[in-house]
Amino acid sequence: MQDSGINVLFMGSNFLRLLEGLCVTLRISLISVILSIPLGIFFGIFMTLKNPFSKAISRIYLEFIRIMPQLVLLFIAYFGVTRAFGWSLSADVSATVVFVLWGTAEMGDLVRGALISIPKNQYDSAFALGMTKAQTFIHIVVPQTFRRLIPLTINLTTRMIKTTSLVVLIGITEVLKVGKQIIDANRFEYPSAALWVYGVIFLLYFLACWPISVMAKKLEKRWG
Amino acid sequence: MENKVQLKINNLRKRFGTEVVLDGINLTVNKGEVVVVLGPSGCGKSTLLRCMNGLEAISEGEILLDGEKITAGSKEITKLRQKIGMVFQSYDLFPHKNILDNVTLAPIKVQKIPRKEAEERAEKLLRRVGLWKKRKAFPRELSGGQKQRAAIVRALCMNPEVMLFDEVTAALDPQMVREVLNVMLELAEGGMTMVIVTHEMQFARAVADKIIFLEKGKITEEAEPEEFFTNPKTETAKEFLQSFVYEKHKIQ
Ligand SMILES: Nc1ncnc2c1ncn2[C@@H]1O[C@H](COP(=O)(O)OP(=O)(O)OP(=O)(O)O)[C@@H](O)[C@H]1O
Ligand SMILES: [Mg+2]
Repeated sequence: MQDSGINVLFMGSNFLRLLEGLCVTLRISLISVILSIPLGIFFGIFMTLKNPFSKAISRIYLEFIRIMPQLVLLFIAYFGVTRAFGWSLSADVSATVVFVLWGTAEMGDLVRGALISIPKNQYDSAFALGMTKAQTFIHIVVPQTFRRLIPLTINLTTRMIKTTSLVVLIGITEVLKVGKQIIDANRFEYPSAALWVYGVIFLLYFLACWPISVMAKKLEKRWG
Repeated sequence: MENKVQLKINNLRKRFGTEVVLDGINLTVNKGEVVVVLGPSGCGKSTLLRCMNGLEAISEGEILLDGEKITAGSKEITKLRQKIGMVFQSYDLFPHKNILDNVTLAPIKVQKIPRKEAEERAEKLLRRVGLWKKRKAFPRELSGGQKQRAAIVRALCMNPEVMLFDEVTAALDPQMVREVLNVMLELAEGGMTMVIVTHEMQFARAVADKIIFLEKGKITEEAEPEEFFTNPKTETAKEFLQSFVYEKHKIQ
């Protein structure tokens, strides 16, 4: 019999299962993004404080998160924390915690970058017009920071969606794992199934991230 | 002309760390008077202007505007700054707002006047400097000269009593210098009290009622323009003025 691996996709509920897997991925990333953005804004403002103590703390946090591969963080959260403290975090929760810690660090750094990129002269001009610090922040700093941040934040979101696929390694059944299961189940009947399944997964990721990245480009052009 | 004192500086001293940048400045600016501050680079001209509206905290002495003390970081400073317009070398318009919004932002948010009234004020001023047609343009769409005229209007729209200009034409192409200086000349004729830092000597001579020469943070000469330009008293001022004169045979 000819090997037409494409059939695998339409067998039983395979396609639906892949979609469900994608939903798990997207749910974890979405929750992480939604929590990371406000936390990152606070963290970013915190990083711009002149206080040497806050500077050191935020530096250490940022470097730690950046240097550790996300995979290691995931393992620490899922296996390590359970061992060390006896809390048993579910795989979903540990994944979300790790992605929020990571997202907050990255978002914070973006916010810090946007804030410090506003020239001192903008502040001086606003003050010279009699504006208070609060008025300057609201009317001059926030809108300019916001415009710079929108495309960057969208990029971070796509990065988070893509990175979420790592959670398969702590046992969460997401899109990649479903794909693997389907491939394994059909290994002998349809050896080329892998190609099709991964092709579809590729397509699903593309469909999830592409509109976001198009939007980011558009906004960047408009406000850049 | 009555000699009402608008701005008075008594024994002003300004240090950055241990470096004394302004050293015992005494200066009186009367209402309607135009004072031009000259001096070599780094002598403290910008710092002097920035002290006048409280952008820099002073170390000693006092600065009085209409008899009210200017103190950086004080509660009253935002009130007092509304009476002092300042224009910088790099225009520093707000890039996220169009020209009209740049100009009306402070009147609306700081002086709390109705938008309509602010826009009427802005229209009058923008027309005067030939920028009314550009009111919907964003700063990045304007030439340097247009940006600087818009920045002047932005300051004027607060109806200030004093205007401070810090080398406002230094970043402009030569053909745009004129259009900006004309606006300033017109202001001076209209009786605006102004303190101007500039490297345009012809302009300084034409616009000034009084020239101040700063040298290492001290006022070493204070004279009427004719007197200063024809007969400078200090060596440094002579050299300074000479540096603007080009003579072919002197270059070796
Ligand atoms: N924020 C600051 N911190 C430390 N030193 C400063 C600061 N601002 C100015 N200075 C120093 O104060 C001195 C006077 O500077 P200022 O900018 O007032 O000079 P200036 O006369 O405006 O010069 P220029 O003609 O080049 O604009 C300089 O030696 C400068 O290095
Ligand atoms: Mg200067």
